[in-house]
Amino acid sequence: MRIQTVSIFVDDQQRALDFYTGPLGFAVAADVPLGEHRWLTVVDPDRPDGTQLSLEPKGHPAVGPFTEALASDGIPFCQLGVDDVRAEHDRLTALGVTFTQPPTDYGPVIVAVLDDTCGNLVQLAQPTGAAARPGTEGA
Amino acid sequence: MTDVYKALADETRRTLLDVLLERDEQTLFELCSTLAMRHGLTPSRQAVSQHLDVLEQAGLVLTERRGRYKLHTIDTSPLTQIAERWPDRKALP
Repeated sequence: MRIQTVSIFVDDQQRALDFYTGPLGFAVAADVPLGEHRWLTVVDPDRPDGTQLSLEPKGHPAVGPFTEALASDGIPFCQLGVDDVRAEHDRLTALGVTFTQPPTDYGPVIVAVLDDTCGNLVQLAQPTGAAARPGTEGA
Repeated sequence: MTDVYKALADETRRTLLDVLLERDEQTLFELCSTLAMRHGLTPSRQAVSQHLDVLEQAGLVLTERRGRYKLHTIDTSPLTQIAERWPDRKALP
């Protein structure tokens, strides 16, 4: 068994596709018309067999309040791994991407949180290999 | 309006003020993350939210809704009343 596809809800599938394949640089893995919406997934272009991210429409009435509540509290609903959070932050900011949390060094991981323009916050994470040391100030 | 002394009478709220001093306009998520990762404090998100409400009622935290997010910024001006009431005075030996 493997983790094949995980889903996030997006305000608009085309806008989500533009963002995830544009600034974020993912590749389309599936784009199948399904009536009003599409079965639309993206994948890391360097790992086409990797886990896909499905960009799901917000058709269900529970989804709107759910995603709005998460965004209001700044909670990211998905995490993307990067080699260098600070470099990605600078690159994406130059492209006009909004961050709700700038790169923050928490010791074992450096994180940042960005707005995906279609209703979600996404966390970028760079593991550092450092041990967790709760109670001490980060670098 | 909660008085500033009550707002300060809790270690988690004092630590929240430390975290808020590091950067303006933080989300609840960022505040919870920093409490956990840098201070070893893991109260529930709801508890942190309630602490922030107390700080806001005391005028020590301002919240602003920008787009989809609620952002928290420290305001230390209510603390000046403490130094005004008890100005710096050292006892002579």
